[in-house]
Amino acid sequence: MTQEVSARETYGETLVKLGHENEKVVVLDADLSPSTMTHFFAQEFPQRFFDCGLEEQNMIGIAAGLAASGKIVFASSFAVFISSRCFDQARICLSQTGLDVKIIATHGGITVGEDGISHQAIEDLSLYCSLPGFTVVVPADAVETAQAIRAAAAMYGPFYVRLGRGKAPLVCPRDYQFTLGRAAVMREGRDVTIVAMGIMVAKALEAAEVLARQGVNCRVINMSTLKPLDDEMVITAASETGALVVAEEHLAQGGLGSRVAQVVAEKMPVPMSFVNLKDSYAMSGKADELLEKYGLTAAAIVQAVKSVMAKKQ
Amino acid sequence: MTEDVTAFSAQAVPPGDRLDLPPAQLEEIARKLRRHIISMIATAGSGHPGGSLSAADILAALYFHVMRHRPQDPHWSDRDRFILSKGHAAPVLYAALAESGYFSVEELGSLRKMGSRLQGHPDSKLTPGVEMSAGSLGMGLSFGIGVALAARLDNRSYWTYVLLSDGECEEGQTWEAALFAAHFKLDNLITMVDCNGMQLTGFTREVMNIEPLSQKWQAFGWNTIDIDGHDIKQILSAITQAKTKKGKPTIIIAHTIKGKGVSFMENNAKFHGKAPTSEEAAKALQELQ
Repeated sequence: MTQEVSARETYGETLVKLGHENEKVVVLDADLSPSTMTHFFAQEFPQRFFDCGLEEQNMIGIAAGLAASGKIVFASSFAVFISSRCFDQARICLSQTGLDVKIIATHGGITVGEDGISHQAIEDLSLYCSLPGFTVVVPADAVETAQAIRAAAAMYGPFYVRLGRGKAPLVCPRDYQFTLGRAAVMREGRDVTIVAMGIMVAKALEAAEVLARQGVNCRVINMSTLKPLDDEMVITAASETGALVVAEEHLAQGGLGSRVAQVVAEKMPVPMSFVNLKDSYAMSGKADELLEKYGLTAAAIVQAVKSVMAKKQ
Repeated sequence: MTEDVTAFSAQAVPPGDRLDLPPAQLEEIARKLRRHIISMIATAGSGHPGGSLSAADILAALYFHVMRHRPQDPHWSDRDRFILSKGHAAPVLYAALAESGYFSVEELGSLRKMGSRLQGHPDSKLTPGVEMSAGSLGMGLSFGIGVALAARLDNRSYWTYVLLSDGECEEGQTWEAALFAAHFKLDNLITMVDCNGMQLTGFTREVMNIEPLSQKWQAFGWNTIDIDGHDIKQILSAITQAKTKKGKPTIIIAHTIKGKGVSFMENNAKFHGKAPTSEEAAKALQELQ
């Protein structure tokens, strides 16, 4: 059994380390610090932590003002609130200025579960990928989360990083080196490529295992940086394997699938298939039940691989 | 445009941390800013004269008396910060920056033109002296809070000034920020409202009544001072008074007249976001001599 670790706990611990290393680091939250895990930082550095209450719009404006005054600002809330609720603030104060603010969104996707559709952020990546200047990252596990948070702190400019709610299996090897804007090949294969992000990377690896037993060799790519996308990795995969499946915990529009498809269409057209939430909201339920019901499973990826293989020349 | 309308006075103020000009001279500067506003907007053919004219005395007082700043060194870390939340009043900000020496007065003629550093709404990436990008209303107080918090964290003594419009007090974010500043007792932040009583489609009391405004801010935990926003002495004394208030933020509600200084623009919603014709501009400039 693969070890399961909470990415947001890792985020909280990484923030504390960053706080010790750099006194410019300031953290904001919107009354969710025990859930986003920024409360570790709040306990360690009470002077550099500001709970903005239920004021997401105000929080992003404050973050911009702090960043304009030389701070490295981390602002956290649930993905659903910190994406759409303060989008105009992110657009004007962060995207249009390029200020050094890191939006770290937790509880992304449908796996937030029982709280239901009001709490399930499934359009957040589309929103933030649409903003010029933003770097958008969805780590696959806690190992990658720690490195991605550090990379965000080290690079000047606005970030949107989406983390999940629950514990997730560790998929990155021990010696894993995260590089912003670079995808990682998690498994080699020549027949087809599965491009995945977040929790879908583990599902993609599971699907690849199943398919291997049926004689199909899948390449699995962890495309954790959605923006800027690793175009080169996509083009190479399309050219070498001739077919792509994109799996993501997001709506069909504007997320990883759309972004990969844009590169493929322009640079190396090959058959593609998509595993995502299509164009609808989910419902309350346990994370696993929801993934099953809405087709974000290894089995669904296997099916998608088979359908796309059938279209290969 | 006729020559006299586009001719800008090129008298930049010498650099210094704080100019401290006397009220009589500030009144003359305010008139000069108003002339720039008319010329710039007439030349551009678009822009927002009404809410720029109403704020001219406030900016004259801040940039030429109150604030410590170094136009030759816009990023000087101890400068006082002025944050224009009502971004459509960009012309008055650009005029104050040019007259202070952040860039040439001649550059004002490029307002809103292709390739200009003087965008239709303020852009902090492009224009020296512009602290915050604005244009979508209600964001400036939040930004100012961040700037004031940074001063507190870094033990810096600079002041943060934020200028809101009264129409902006209809935006929910303004009130989120109001709660925050009072909760964190931000007494190094001075907010002003250019309360000209009008917004795009008419009088604020008719479009969306925000009165009683002072009482609202008081209920949110703020120190409030009501003044005549065209009386330089009142502006200066209100700011002095605000600086002595400890433990809570101060808001100066500056009662102003939209289009102030140009008879046919005063209290005229038509000139919220419309440029004067060249004839109108000539007439306005004559009135502003």
